[in-house]
Amino acid sequence: MIRPAALAFALACLAATPIAPALAVQPDEVLADPMLEDRARSLSLGVRCLVCQNQSIDDSNADLARDLRRVVRERLVAGDSDQQVLDYLVARYGAFVLLEPPRTRSTWLLWYGPFALLGIGAVGIAFAAARRARRRDEPAPLSAEERSRLEALLSDDAAAAEQPSEGRQ
Amino acid sequence: MRRLLFLVPLAVVVGLIGALGWPILEGRDPRALPSVLLDKPVPPFALPGLTPDVPGLESVELTGRPVLVNVFASWCAPCRQEIPLMVGLAAEGVPIYGIAYKDDPAATRRFLAQLGDPYRGVGVDRDGRVGIELGVYGVPETFVVDAAGRIRHRHVGLLTEDAARRTLLPLLEELAK
Repeated sequence: MIRPAALAFALACLAATPIAPALAVQPDEVLADPMLEDRARSLSLGVRCLVCQNQSIDDSNADLARDLRRVVRERLVAGDSDQQVLDYLVARYGAFVLLEPPRTRSTWLLWYGPFALLGIGAVGIAFAAARRARRRDEPAPLSAEERSRLEALLSDDAAAAEQPSEGRQ
Repeated sequence: MRRLLFLVPLAVVVGLIGALGWPILEGRDPRALPSVLLDKPVPPFALPGLTPDVPGLESVELTGRPVLVNVFASWCAPCRQEIPLMVGLAAEGVPIYGIAYKDDPAATRRFLAQLGDPYRGVGVDRDGRVGIELGVYGVPETFVVDAAGRIRHRHVGLLTEDAARRTLLPLLEELAK
């Protein structure tokens, strides 16, 4: 598919690219088959280094990470599918070895819990807003005292109603 | 009743702090992972010995009675620290087998000559592959294996006298029944 000239140019560019100093993958680990190496790299990005715990094995310089990178490549060379490689690791280290936890019954709280909380919060806010709106529409009914004052105001003349009660300005 | 509703968020927060803080107060190491191999048979392996004329360790040797399997290395400081406890347990008659993880056999031999050798048998896992089969992600790790050769418990990190007396030994005793 790829024309030889284009391939040669791409390879020349690749050869000219300096190797990043932070790259954890050692040159002697890299597979000869670029397709397999690509799959190994992308798989490694999703596998947790159990020593450092928040780095992928592709990122980590830990000894165990290197060993696991080797295992990933060996399994791929042996003809495993991506899923089989991950299953192999999970069988030994548990789902924790995957940086993205699988969606199982034991992890639904982890995956969907935040959305559930968000939903509960939204419902709460909606209720509060509705209650506030209702309050603004219909003012609180008059108390008995207010009602009697109102009646006094309506029936008597202003002077009688304006009688200030004690402590009022 | 309604007036106390404002206490609900406070109660939720206190509950969360309690639920999340309890394991820490209990002294649980948050980095310790439970083994996925619990109640599963020890993966089959056959490791060479510390010298060519010393027998190594095969997984079948671990069956027949409950045993401890200690994954260790001479380069690991906590392993050095826990060896006296292992020697003590071995003297009490606890069968302990060792897997020397990614260690130079000469260094392992020196380590054991210097600190004492609690192991009934030691297998050399030079490239750490048996460690990976066992789900080891650091040394030391100590496994309790029952008579049928199934892993029943894993202790990650330094084995303290307390952890040994409170968890491992009672489990061994129960499994021996």
